[in-house]
Amino acid sequence: MKNNRLSAILIKGTLWLGVFFSIFPFYWMIVMASRTNSDIYSIPPVLTFGKELVKNIETVLTSTQFFQATLNTLFIAVVSTTLILFFDSLAGYTFAKLKFKGRQFLFVFLLSTMMIPGQLNIIPQYIMMDAIGWVGSYKALIIPGMVNAFGIFWIKQYCEGAIPNSLLEAAKIDGTTVFGTYWRIALPIMKPALAFLAIYSFMGAWNDYMWPLIILNDPEKFTLMLALTQLQGLYFTNYPLVITGTLLATIPILLIFVFFSRQMMSGITEGAVKE
Amino acid sequence: MEATSKNEQHLKKRMYWNKLIDRATPYIFISPFYLLFIGFSLFPLIFAGILAFSQWDGIGEIEFVGLENFLRLIGDDVFWLSLKNTLIIWVVQTVPMLLISLIVAYIINLSVIKNKEFYKTTLFLPYVTSVVAVTILFGLIFSNQNGLINALLQMVGLEPISFLTSPFWVRIVIAAVGFWQYLGYNMIIYYSGLAKIPNDYYEAAIIDGANKVQIFTKITIPLLKPIILFTVMMSTIGGLQVFAEAQILVPSNATAEGGSLTIVYYLYHTAFMQNNYGYGATISWGLVAIILVFSILNWYLTTRRIKGEE
Repeated sequence: MKNNRLSAILIKGTLWLGVFFSIFPFYWMIVMASRTNSDIYSIPPVLTFGKELVKNIETVLTSTQFFQATLNTLFIAVVSTTLILFFDSLAGYTFAKLKFKGRQFLFVFLLSTMMIPGQLNIIPQYIMMDAIGWVGSYKALIIPGMVNAFGIFWIKQYCEGAIPNSLLEAAKIDGTTVFGTYWRIALPIMKPALAFLAIYSFMGAWNDYMWPLIILNDPEKFTLMLALTQLQGLYFTNYPLVITGTLLATIPILLIFVFFSRQMMSGITEGAVKE
Repeated sequence: MEATSKNEQHLKKRMYWNKLIDRATPYIFISPFYLLFIGFSLFPLIFAGILAFSQWDGIGEIEFVGLENFLRLIGDDVFWLSLKNTLIIWVVQTVPMLLISLIVAYIINLSVIKNKEFYKTTLFLPYVTSVVAVTILFGLIFSNQNGLINALLQMVGLEPISFLTSPFWVRIVIAAVGFWQYLGYNMIIYYSGLAKIPNDYYEAAIIDGANKVQIFTKITIPLLKPIILFTVMMSTIGGLQVFAEAQILVPSNATAEGGSLTIVYYLYHTAFMQNNYGYGATISWGLVAIILVFSILNWYLTTRRIKGEE
């Protein structure tokens, strides 16, 4: 009995320690964002909310290009997510449900491209962007990534299981075009798979750092992540302001996660854990 | 008479066209991927191959220098330092992270635990945040002058530690960022693997008199092996490409700071700060070679496992 109770405490303790370490940085982020600069020099350190949150948010939003950067990032994330959803679902559907010569080979080829490490491409891709005049332009951020092998693979797997062939045949007999069948019949069925792909792509675009860092040079066009590091340089002696910016950049993605957490987590494991 | 044959001809032509369009449709639907791949991956990849044998500052002429870059890479102390840093950060981060995430997943999967969804969601939360935000946050938590950790150290009467300027500690901080961010991700993957192990196996083992440790090492671990290998491989590839953490924590001059210079940081610095694109490309080939070695190692381990089971 005693042994059982001890292990129960140990088990619960481990879990709550995990929960604490996951949550604490978020909590501390809000604490810092609600404080003045002098507060954080105090020993013992402050661990409770202050009264400066609104003022700090105002300062961050007005004194830098932070607000502009948020709009920029939103624009890039929405456009690239939309394009990815369209092109990936179209290609994924095609691989799953249409018959054509070389399908097997083309699909294997597509999968094998996933193994090329992105870092190898960064320098030549930058030089290429420079040559065609896309450096400093969102085109360089959006166009090369508007179709990806992972998404096509993901949609194909889903379509194979979820879309009955008889439904597609019925549509064909009714005289629907191939594209019409995809658009009006297959696409609505794909919704759950599209939802994961959408969150995943949006997060990727929102959080991306290295490529925008290399491509963008005009502060007016900076994305949120670049604006954050810039904020750090600008206010490196005023930590609460830097943290306020970090908080503002994190909240949207946290909200999305709160609404779609289950979809997100099951989507993540789908790729790793096969039956 | 003539009119009908003309009509017929017209109809034939249309049918021919329709057939052709039908045939072409799938290829049109999948073409965006291949066009983009050729334009933005394959072509640059070939170019990267040429660049690695060249000297180029991005403005003047591309000068072919043969193997010079590769010889320089082999004798480049900074490159080996960056490799050393990357591997240290990777080991310090990955080994405890995977171990702990497996233990936590195992605990959450226990039948006595209620609110599984709560634990899973909370622990997964760090994964969705951006590496930039997390790094800035950790940079302040570990800040030399007034970071939270140093404030706590001083409170209990210890000397503050220069986390961000000591080569030893900066690696630990970079590893901590990744540890915090990806623990929940790996936990979720382990959890869904564990949840798929049929309960019968455990029951049979209990009937045979196996204890908890035996059950864990003889049933859970072997059945989870493919998933463990997957997480090891993902963490290896991710770990070898660490960049943002290092660049944000030590933005000034990476080469001077020793501990924070990772391979990708060195690549970035060489190509985009010093405009040495040729040598930068060579460094990226070095990185690819290292990733390849680890992938082959992983592949070897996986296939050996399958052969061993047969």
